[in-house]
Amino acid sequence: MTDHSNFVQVRHAQKSFGTLEVLKDISLTVERGQIVAIIGPSGSGKSTLLRAINDLDPLTRGEVWLDGVQVNKSLPFRQYEKHINEMRQKIGMVFQHFNLFPHMTARENVTMAPKMLKGLSNQQADALANEQLDKVGMLERIDYYPSQLSGGQKQRVAIARALAMEPKLMLFDEATSALDPELVDEVNQVMKKLAEEHMTMIIVTHEMDFAASVCDRVLFMDQGVVVEEGPPEVVFKNPEKDRTRAFLRKHLEGAK
Amino acid sequence: MDFDLMLRVYPFFIEAAGITILLSVLTAFLGLACGALGAAARLSRFAVARFVGAAYVSVFRGTPALIQLFILYFGGPQIGIQLDAFQAGVIGLGINAGAYMTETIRGAIISIDKGQKEAARTLGLSRWQAMHKIILPQAARLMVRPLGVNLNMLIKATALVAAISVVELTYTAQRYIGSTYKPFEMFLLAGILYMIIIYVTGRAVAWLDRRVQIN
Ligand SMILES: Nc1ncnc2c1ncn2[C@@H]1O[C@H](COP(=O)(O)OP(=O)(O)O)[C@@H](O)[C@H]1O
Ligand SMILES: [Mg+2]
Repeated sequence: MTDHSNFVQVRHAQKSFGTLEVLKDISLTVERGQIVAIIGPSGSGKSTLLRAINDLDPLTRGEVWLDGVQVNKSLPFRQYEKHINEMRQKIGMVFQHFNLFPHMTARENVTMAPKMLKGLSNQQADALANEQLDKVGMLERIDYYPSQLSGGQKQRVAIARALAMEPKLMLFDEATSALDPELVDEVNQVMKKLAEEHMTMIIVTHEMDFAASVCDRVLFMDQGVVVEEGPPEVVFKNPEKDRTRAFLRKHLEGAK
Repeated sequence: MDFDLMLRVYPFFIEAAGITILLSVLTAFLGLACGALGAAARLSRFAVARFVGAAYVSVFRGTPALIQLFILYFGGPQIGIQLDAFQAGVIGLGINAGAYMTETIRGAIISIDKGQKEAARTLGLSRWQAMHKIILPQAARLMVRPLGVNLNMLIKATALVAAISVVELTYTAQRYIGSTYKPFEMFLLAGILYMIIIYVTGRAVAWLDRRVQIN
């Protein structure tokens, strides 16, 4: 049943909010260590797809698999809760609006879940916070509260928080869209670093240049379907579909 | 105005104010407990619990507290509930205050950005862990002020138990009017003592509110 080279698999994902069909039979495979970018107009279902992968927005139909285990398997409520909590520990997620815990310092944001879920001692947790915050260049701000940080710094702490659970897969939902332009790069640098470490990532983004520079594959989504997918050279430079071309043209104009 | 009379009787009013304070404290604790339960019910994933929580709030906010006290104290014995006046006062007012506090607590919880819960769940926290570690600590800070308003109302509502003859401040004022025929002085004295209690409580709430804010 499970092919291990298909590290992440979304099979025939269909999702409706009431009568609105947001995802229409989407399938997607990501190999271990691969980086996939998802682009497309606003409202096309990118976030919903990403949020279906860790079951924040459960699919109406279809399956999500991670490393040979079905994420959204059907189980009685309690068993499902236990299962999904374990799966989510393996899937890091970074949000557009950071969603840092405002009542906790950067250190506490990073160590809260590992302490609670993996039983780390205070010493281990401190070492972990040092390591992860150093990685995102936030070690100096380890005891700052989110309100004392800039947007870019917040997002870097949020990435460290996700990494502290040692996920197998990282999901980024427009991680830089809420940032002032001059703060985008510091977050992109962190994501590039993860790419060099071969972290498996699915990145929803509006930044075509960044997507082109880090990802192995690009998916163009529109109105709940994958219109086109392929290597960035092809999708960005020489797209097959008119819709992709139109989107990229519009996007370029917008950027000017 | 008869100041001499006021000076003569005020020690008895102070004593009665002690009963009002005791009544307020007990009612506040019972109210908080009912409010926490009520909020949990209102936010439950079970429809039955949500219904019970909503019914609790609408019944107890939708009828006069005085009627609730009368039903409990005068009507209670008919259905096998025997309480003395003080017990009936605490329980009646506590359950009533709990209905208001339910909405306060629920309001604070649902006002926390849903991204907070999502971030917590995404890390692998269970519903309860997310509530306990992420949502409640933030909601608690938002609750202090509105719960302070509930407390203010609850203290004033303790005057109602005079109607079931609990010897607190209002009842004491009425009793002294019976012997002195000076309603102005007696009610004024009671009013001043209520004001002191409420002022001090208000300051304490404001202090607590400042203390718990993040940075
Ligand atoms: N929780 C929800 N309830 C109802 N509709 C939703 C919900 N979340 C998203 N949608 C709708 O689904 C569509 C796709 O949304 P989304 O996945 O956020 O798109 P994108 O991330 O590509 O901008 C939009 O029309 C949006 O309004
Ligand atoms: Mg989106």
